[in-house]
Amino acid sequence: MTPEQGAPATGGRRPRRKRVVLADRRRRAPVARTIMELEEQTSVGEVLVGHLVRAQLRSALLMTGLLAVGLFGLPVLFHLLPSLGDAVIFGMRVPWLLLGVFPYPFMVLLGYWYSRSAARHERDFLHMVER
Amino acid sequence: MVSATALGGILLVVAATFAIGVWGAGTARTTSDLLAARRLVREERNAAAISGEYLSAASFLGIAGLVVKDGVDALWYPIGFASGYLAVLMFVAAPLRRSGAYTIPDFVEARLDSLRLRWLSTVFVVLIGWFYLVPQFQAAGLTLQTVSGLPTWVGVPVVVLIVLAGVLSGGMRAVTLVQAFQYWVKLFAITVPAFVLLVVYLTGGSPGGGAEPGPVFQHETTVRVETGVRVHVAEPTWVEVTGSPAPTGGGPLQPQGTASVYVAPGDYDVDAGSSLRFPAGSAVPTVDGADADDSSWMRPEADSPESLVETYSLILATFLGTMGLPHVLIRFYTNPSGHGARRTALFVLLLLGTFYLFPTLFGLLSRMFVPELLVTGRTDAAVLLLPQAMLGGWPGALLAALTAAGAFAAFVSTSSGLVVSIAGVLSTDLLRDRGIDPRIVLVGTALVPVGVALVLPPHDLYRGVGMAFALAAATFCPLLVLGIWWRGLTAAGAAAGLLTGGCAVLLALAGGVALPEAGGIAGVLMRQPALLAVPAAFAVTVLVSSATRGQVPDGVGRIVLRMHAPDRLGFLDDPATRARGRKAKAQEGRHRR
Repeated sequence: MTPEQGAPATGGRRPRRKRVVLADRRRRAPVARTIMELEEQTSVGEVLVGHLVRAQLRSALLMTGLLAVGLFGLPVLFHLLPSLGDAVIFGMRVPWLLLGVFPYPFMVLLGYWYSRSAARHERDFLHMVER
Repeated sequence: MVSATALGGILLVVAATFAIGVWGAGTARTTSDLLAARRLVREERNAAAISGEYLSAASFLGIAGLVVKDGVDALWYPIGFASGYLAVLMFVAAPLRRSGAYTIPDFVEARLDSLRLRWLSTVFVVLIGWFYLVPQFQAAGLTLQTVSGLPTWVGVPVVVLIVLAGVLSGGMRAVTLVQAFQYWVKLFAITVPAFVLLVVYLTGGSPGGGAEPGPVFQHETTVRVETGVRVHVAEPTWVEVTGSPAPTGGGPLQPQGTASVYVAPGDYDVDAGSSLRFPAGSAVPTVDGADADDSSWMRPEADSPESLVETYSLILATFLGTMGLPHVLIRFYTNPSGHGARRTALFVLLLLGTFYLFPTLFGLLSRMFVPELLVTGRTDAAVLLLPQAMLGGWPGALLAALTAAGAFAAFVSTSSGLVVSIAGVLSTDLLRDRGIDPRIVLVGTALVPVGVALVLPPHDLYRGVGMAFALAAATFCPLLVLGIWWRGLTAAGAAAGLLTGGCAVLLALAGGVALPEAGGIAGVLMRQPALLAVPAAFAVTVLVSSATRGQVPDGVGRIVLRMHAPDRLGFLDDPATRARGRKAKAQEGRHRR
């Protein structure tokens, strides 16, 4: 189905036969009507987009909450439990481990979770639109 | 001093930078080539470029220096710097990329359709960029001074010339390659010395002792004081003082000529130009404001409400400020799609997290091996001086050359990125009507902060950078977050929020300059005002927008759709990426050709 095969002018070859199908199940084209609804800002489109935006915002806020509790809660923890400042694990002071090493893998993990859930919301949205 | 090998390392970095710049520049000829990278840079390389640009002097030198002084509390700086990208990833990256805006003023105009607001945000972009550039140039001066002994007024212009030459010869297209290269330079320049020094320390380089409550001089040490300081003596000690030619007071450390003094615990002034000689084994007097004894240095400082307020203010400034830095957003525009922008942000988080494990190590070792920095307060030089202090000989010189080269890469890349993005914002506004050569704008944007860097006394690097973050968090964070996630934002609300946040931070800065000794929570907020300024800016933006509800722009639904709809639907209003979308939609781009 490349352009050369479809072009009758090249070298006098006969155009190849094409298989005609009513619906290609593998690559569904977006239904023009839904896209137009989105574009024209009809009530259906508004609802769909609003739903997506809220879902994305919800997971961003959820991750921010996890970050606030898991990482940004540490100063309060040190304040409430001063003895933690002297604790030692593996020959290292706990505060140095908690602030020097732990935050970076933790943040990468949160970022990874967020990217996955954002991509999932977008897939769900596409399913709705491309029915 | 360190001199020859270190200068060699710096020259090598500069030469490699130019080579890559010239090789990559080939085609950068038009204004948009010079100011906006060709789009469709691969995500991994783009992430390395973003990290290379982001790891500034504050990261490479400042964090270790701050750890020497403040201990574990200093670690909130790298945490905050990295966490900013989590905020970018979650709240801005993909929608902003899909909006097609290339700078914040572009976004403002597209979203709120107000030319006046565009100008206001341009002013703040330039201001934030200059705030960020000044400490970079100061760090450049410090590095060249530490390495070669050149005075700062020579070092700063030299670096600016290098930055300008690089930017003018290649433009942003080359900058992308150069920045990506410089991330790896910086990572290499900090990891290799860190590993070597750690091994040296673990295999017997340890200074032993441990009975002393604070840092101790390992050898007989002479400390030259370049700018007058106030030091705190915790343990009584003998000092041989060579007074400055013009002593300003009658303290025991301010004698006429040379004197041997036994100082009792207390606070003392030391004049600029004097030098102090300490015998081996004596306790190290610490500069005013640093943790004098090791036990408070090792523990988080969380006993007072002031320290909690300071920590949270810093966290807020860095977490929300990163998205408002001019050189950060401009890079996301070079991603192929919204999804790509998210992937890039995640990679950046990974690359930054890897880097930030190492400055801490330098700080820890420097406290033991170069404690003389605590006397003068110039702890920002710790990364540069530690290798020689621990190893000596040619291995030390080699590692010192490596860290000097890394530091140089740090401020050259950050300041190039900043200069290009400030000039980009200025040119799109100025050039459109008046046809001013972008090169002139580039030079102009670099020269203003040079003047400031030369006039202002060098503060600690992190402090200037911290202010830039606070300003960005209090101005552009509310604008971007509400603009992307809330339909109700109006131009009036955005302008009110920008002015509230901006004025709050600038007033705090002025207050901090006027009353440097102010204590209590007010004093803390003057040093780092984000905790007050950011919520205020958000509140004012929302309130004024709600009051002017009638002025919500008409096309808001369409813009929200374009920002949030998945890439495959092809709402991207952008010729380079439209081809990738399924549905080509002819709509004239408003902001660029």
